[in-house]
Amino acid sequence: MYTQAIDIPNKQQDTQAKQPLSDKEIGYQAEFDARIANGEVVEPKDWMPEAYRKTLIRQISQHAHSEIVGMLPEGNWITRAPTLKRKAILLAKVQDEGGHGLYLYAAAETLGVSRDELIEALHAGRAKYSSIFNYPTVTWADIGVIGWLVDGAAIMNQIPLCRCSYGPYARAMVRICKEESFHQRQGFDLLLTMMRGTQAQRDMVQDAVNRWWWPSLMMFGPHDSQSQHGEQSMRWGIKRISNDELRQKFIDATVPQAAVLGVTLPDARLELNEATGHYAHGEIDWDEFWNVVNGHGQCNRERLAERVQAWEDGAWVREAALAYAAKE
Amino acid sequence: MDQKEWPLWEVFIRSRNGLDHKHCGSVHATDARMALQAARNVFTRRQEGVSIWVVRGDHIVASDPDAKPEMFDPMEDKIYRHPTFYKLPDEVDYM
Repeated sequence: MYTQAIDIPNKQQDTQAKQPLSDKEIGYQAEFDARIANGEVVEPKDWMPEAYRKTLIRQISQHAHSEIVGMLPEGNWITRAPTLKRKAILLAKVQDEGGHGLYLYAAAETLGVSRDELIEALHAGRAKYSSIFNYPTVTWADIGVIGWLVDGAAIMNQIPLCRCSYGPYARAMVRICKEESFHQRQGFDLLLTMMRGTQAQRDMVQDAVNRWWWPSLMMFGPHDSQSQHGEQSMRWGIKRISNDELRQKFIDATVPQAAVLGVTLPDARLELNEATGHYAHGEIDWDEFWNVVNGHGQCNRERLAERVQAWEDGAWVREAALAYAAKE
Repeated sequence: MDQKEWPLWEVFIRSRNGLDHKHCGSVHATDARMALQAARNVFTRRQEGVSIWVVRGDHIVASDPDAKPEMFDPMEDKIYRHPTFYKLPDEVDYM
């Protein structure tokens, strides 16, 4: 899964005063800019501008936090899965999300920040994670819709990141994208099974689609005109395709899938423009988006409290492992 | 940050016999056994490997990226080390 938080600044990190560069740094900077322009990949020990390093730390750690927090809404349904098969699939998926979080934390750590610092920033509420996980999963159909729409949007967002200019991030993304396809397909498969069931099951799927459609579109982040880091990230080769372009690609890919499933997407203005080949769509409720990003969504407090609780409950395990290693 | 952070281990996986172990990522663990276990859980959930190496990150010695010119540039003008340097008659060019 992925975070639109790519565009959401962390106040503490972004307001630091800029220091003038030394002559040596100006030389390094020119070399760095040339390498980026040339499509070369930056590796951990290479010189990089402080702002590039900070942008990456912010983006990769927010991405990692999203994977980890994203385990909560789905983990909620592991004990409630309707069959053993679905339970095994959901367990595997949630385990993957945990793994994705680990790949990404490790990539962020190559930039000289420690795992503990990153986790502390999340728990203190300084670091963001994807707003999508602040919506509740109230029925089993939500699990299917998360796979289909939320992971579908994530894949759209993540594929261009496989070509990101920072090597460790790009490599983590390649691994993640390989695994993400299973997530989307199992979601669609789950929904298809429900749609072939009773009317009550079909209604449940439609209700879930109604609730998740707009938040899924918000995952691509603010309009390009409102995107605070977009342009600089493009120049640095961290971001390759703009928020609005990715959102459009996702809509174009999803509308025909909804028809196969037999559900209606909750946007009366959704219509194919024959001339462009793209679907026109209604306006996103940006007030809702910023509200959730700024901590006032339905589940923000619950998710963070659960994360902190899990970390504190695990403290004795971390200490015991260290004590055991010290004795060996 | 402090003593409470678990050490970092680099993970190398042989995807199948006949191939080299290849670096695939890192894990935090307090000892070698735990590092192997974590590497197995994180990197081989889909049978991606038949053998795992874990090496403590601080035991790896790496070349200095700033020393790239003196390390690698001396090879730049030794093109006679490549087979394509030698133009042979067509009849024997498969050599």
